[in-house]
Amino acid sequence: MIPEPTLNSYLMLSAVLFAIGTAGVFLRRNLITILLSVEVMLNAVNLTFVAAGRFYHSVEGQIIVFFVMTVAAAEAAVGLAIVIALFRHRESLNPDAFTSLKW
Amino acid sequence: MLALIPLLPFLGFLFNVTIGRRSSKGVSGGVATAVMALAFGVAVSAVWTMLGSEPIGGVRAVEQTVFSWIASGSLDIALAFRVDPLSSLMILVVTGIGTLIHLYSTAYMHGETDEEFARYFSYLNLFAAFMLVLVLGSSFPVMFIGWEGVGLCSYLLIGFYYTKKSASDAGKKAFIVNRIGDFGFILGMLSLFWLFGTLDFQGIAAGAAALPVEATMGVLTVSTLLLFLGATGKSAQLPLYVWLPDAMEGPTPVSALIHAATMVTAGVYMIGRNAVLFSHAPITLEVVAVVGCLTALMAGTIGLVQNDIKRVLAYSTVSQLGYMFLAMGVGAFAGGIFHLYTHAFFKALLFLGSGAVIHALHGEQDMRHMGGLKNELPVTYYTFLIGTLAIAGVPLLSGFFSKDEILWQTFAHGHTVLWALAILTAFLTATYMFRLLYMTFFGTRRTPAHAHAGGDSAHAAHGHGGGHAHGAHLHDAPPAMAIALVVLAVGSVAAGYVGIPNAIVHGGNRIEAYLEPSFRAPGAAEAVTAEAPAAEAHHDTGTEMALMLFSTLVALAGIGVATMVFLRAPERATAIAAQFGGLHRTLLNKYYVDEIYDAAIVQPIRKISSGVLWRGVDAGLIDGTVNAVGLVVRGWSAVLRRLQTGSVRAYAMSVFVGTVAILGYYLWR
Repeated sequence: MIPEPTLNSYLMLSAVLFAIGTAGVFLRRNLITILLSVEVMLNAVNLTFVAAGRFYHSVEGQIIVFFVMTVAAAEAAVGLAIVIALFRHRESLNPDAFTSLKW
Repeated sequence: MLALIPLLPFLGFLFNVTIGRRSSKGVSGGVATAVMALAFGVAVSAVWTMLGSEPIGGVRAVEQTVFSWIASGSLDIALAFRVDPLSSLMILVVTGIGTLIHLYSTAYMHGETDEEFARYFSYLNLFAAFMLVLVLGSSFPVMFIGWEGVGLCSYLLIGFYYTKKSASDAGKKAFIVNRIGDFGFILGMLSLFWLFGTLDFQGIAAGAAALPVEATMGVLTVSTLLLFLGATGKSAQLPLYVWLPDAMEGPTPVSALIHAATMVTAGVYMIGRNAVLFSHAPITLEVVAVVGCLTALMAGTIGLVQNDIKRVLAYSTVSQLGYMFLAMGVGAFAGGIFHLYTHAFFKALLFLGSGAVIHALHGEQDMRHMGGLKNELPVTYYTFLIGTLAIAGVPLLSGFFSKDEILWQTFAHGHTVLWALAILTAFLTATYMFRLLYMTFFGTRRTPAHAHAGGDSAHAAHGHGGGHAHGAHLHDAPPAMAIALVVLAVGSVAAGYVGIPNAIVHGGNRIEAYLEPSFRAPGAAEAVTAEAPAAEAHHDTGTEMALMLFSTLVALAGIGVATMVFLRAPERATAIAAQFGGLHRTLLNKYYVDEIYDAAIVQPIRKISSGVLWRGVDAGLIDGTVNAVGLVVRGWSAVLRRLQTGSVRAYAMSVFVGTVAILGYYLWR
């Protein structure tokens, strides 16, 4: 029989998701994948909020999640627009191709 | 009503800097003269009101507070004006003679362009406004407004022909030398505030009267000495007289207004205004008397050999101012102010007369090129003669009464040495003034045939284009100038009769009785007045008459010497000059005072400025510090900018590492 999940289980899962997202951001060489990784990180955080909200019998966790989802949607829209603009500029999606803005 | 007196010339100034620039000479000059005449009218009615008022504490006075100017803690300075006997005399002199000089200027400056003409009159009006603030102010700060304002206007007016280097230099010199005096004036003012807690003249007089007379160097002595330093700057006394002779670079009516009738008397007026204060500092008075006497003598000797007509008059002004300070120093405040008042008439007359000569000769100022103008310029000659007789101290003219009063007071107060020097100065005055008269108006014309036809003199710049053929009839003063000359000549004769020595007519010295309340502490009324006539009775009438006779003889002797040497035998003057070559050169070079100042003060300051302050402090220290700061920032930036790689993932990594570090710190601490 599968035991009833505790708060710890959710937090563990969330930490794993967040780590995967972070690793994606740093390791992948494709801007779109990086954006997806950021989404994974955001959802890891969302999971934490919802779990904590349930555990403490509070609705605030869920409210914050709505905010995060809204911001994430906006970020995805803007981020993808920038990615498209960058691609038109350099014919590449590798972030290492865009390093000319420096000293 | 009192505020109207300085306000009217100020409105004239505003008119002439705005609309006047674009209007004709008649309008700008007319407005400038009219506001002065109006101010004179208001001044007369103000004095009338003052005379009709009930005396408060023995002094008749009219006061007006315009507004509260500075109010801070216990300090409350109102912009307030006050007319008492002393300032009433001053406002009448300033507005009255000022009006005449404005009138004269409308003719004298007629050769200027419309714009320059308006500029000239705007300065002249502004000057009169500040001078009136100076004499009407009822406290030190208000007086100081005028004090600084006339300094500014003298700079503007002396440097009026600013395209000429010597004129603009002379303006700067006057300004800088005056600043040195002002520095003393401000310090004196501050120490008086520290001492009395007020800057109002009445308050200071009351406070000083309550203090004992200082026998040694004390606060009163120091602060009055500082004030006197201010007076030496403004009134051209040793050691700060050097600006006045150079100030002759300005237009001649300016010399008459500033350097005869008004500004230079500010120092004398300031001491008279604070008579109670200065009386409590006998050491200062001693210094004032000695400085005044030495200045009078020194300027008199220099005046004896100068060849520029205006410079002779300039040194004579310095010398006469020395007389006034001598009178102040021996405690004869009324005598000093009396001489100020008569001097305003005859010195303005002499300056304007010399202006008429210069005008007629198209800018020629060197007396060696004049001569024989007596018949050609009759109006100028006769008025000038009256002025010369007055300043020389010939009996029955104004200068005689006032100068004799000073000499007598000096003697009566026991300053025999100073009296002897003053008598010597009186002799010199008569001599150099008649030398001036003879060289200018007598003998034969010494103008070189080509001199003014070519208009080579710098002053011809203002003149009539030099178009007159040589030998043509010279034009005497035009009507506007002639009116001013004649009125001043009448004044030079009549002005003295308000102060007939008591030895001749008992109670004849009305001006002293009139001014006397101004020199008393407020409240100290009846006791002192009762004492004064008693002291008067002490005057030995016989001695006074004898001294008067003696000084008259001295004046006549001076005239006689001048007649013998400069009229009868001009070659004798050259011979004497050659005989005393060294002395003559020293006098001609004004005792080398300018050279000494240059070597002792100006050159060291230049050396220190360029060697130490510029190359050392400014270029080395200040620039060095600023450059070093820049270099350090640059160096660090060169290292730190390596961090900005442009790589988005590097930035993200640094954000991540930073977040982890901060969170780690809080979780594991």
